[in-house]
Amino acid sequence: MAHFTKKASTKQEIPTASLPDIIFMLLIFFMVTTVLREVTLLVQNALPQAEAIEKIEQKRLVSYIYIGEAKEGDLRGEPAVQIDDALVEDINTIRDTMYRKLQEEPRMIVSLKVDSDSETGLLYDVQQELRVAQALRINYSTRRELPN
Amino acid sequence: MPLLKRRTTREAEIPTSSMADIAFLLLIFFLVTTTIDVDTGIYMELPPPLEDTEPPEISDRNLLTVLVNRDGDVLVEGEFMTLGDIRQEVIRHVTNNGADPNYADTPSKAIVSFKTERQASYEMYVDVLDELRSAYVDIRDGYARSNFGAPDYATYKERLPADQEDQVADAFPIKISLAEPDPGTGG
Repeated sequence: MAHFTKKASTKQEIPTASLPDIIFMLLIFFMVTTVLREVTLLVQNALPQAEAIEKIEQKRLVSYIYIGEAKEGDLRGEPAVQIDDALVEDINTIRDTMYRKLQEEPRMIVSLKVDSDSETGLLYDVQQELRVAQALRINYSTRRELPN
Repeated sequence: MPLLKRRTTREAEIPTSSMADIAFLLLIFFLVTTTIDVDTGIYMELPPPLEDTEPPEISDRNLLTVLVNRDGDVLVEGEFMTLGDIRQEVIRHVTNNGADPNYADTPSKAIVSFKTERQASYEMYVDVLDELRSAYVDIRDGYARSNFGAPDYATYKERLPADQEDQVADAFPIKISLAEPDPGTGG
């Protein structure tokens, strides 16, 4: 029974020549599909420096409020508040906006990104709004102070 | 001349088996060097709105008021002070333990109240707030060092088992109160 003893002479190796291509393809796929969400700043925003700072570990919980001089539009040069991608026209609408966000994420932390040249008056107005909305956990965003 | 006619049959292929390694190396290099920038900042808690709760009565000695005016002058308990001196003043206030009648009774009762004029610059606001926070960091570091043998508070907290209470934070709670701002007077 010579037929049954015949061994197949196929090679048992997987060709690895195309492996780099596969990895490159993966790399490029993820590079192309990854979107780093960036907010277009409509206000001046140079953050101050501080020493006693903490990291925000959970970025999901953070919602940002930008305060500074408006760069464009009718309010140009005036201190303005930006939430998400738009300038806030009426300060009193902040309480509703933030209240809604707080409903979605009860553990929300509001990160206040305030321009270091701005005055604190507008910041106080925003904080009063946050208090009304019960969004009490805030974070003054600052850069780490470089040791002299 | 048969020598000239002879052709050498060299292989013209580039070895591709190491390409995978090169790709991996590149991948790992970029994985390691990429930093998605971390947000840092000063964490604070706003007081709840006034309609809900009456502000509690606080005796004057437990309250250290810090004011900043539009020119960037710092007033601590009504006296001018430089930015660098605030930290020592807060440390004295909090760790007083009833010794000096002008400062706080106990560390847990000590409150620092912080307020600025509306026209004060935000940079000054953060600078002063940073000093206030730093004072508490110094106090906690010192307490963790002397009572628990940890080099600083962060290390103490790391070593702390999950089921134990943070005694340092209990002894020196950070009570920085963002005072009720003056009603807006514009600009």
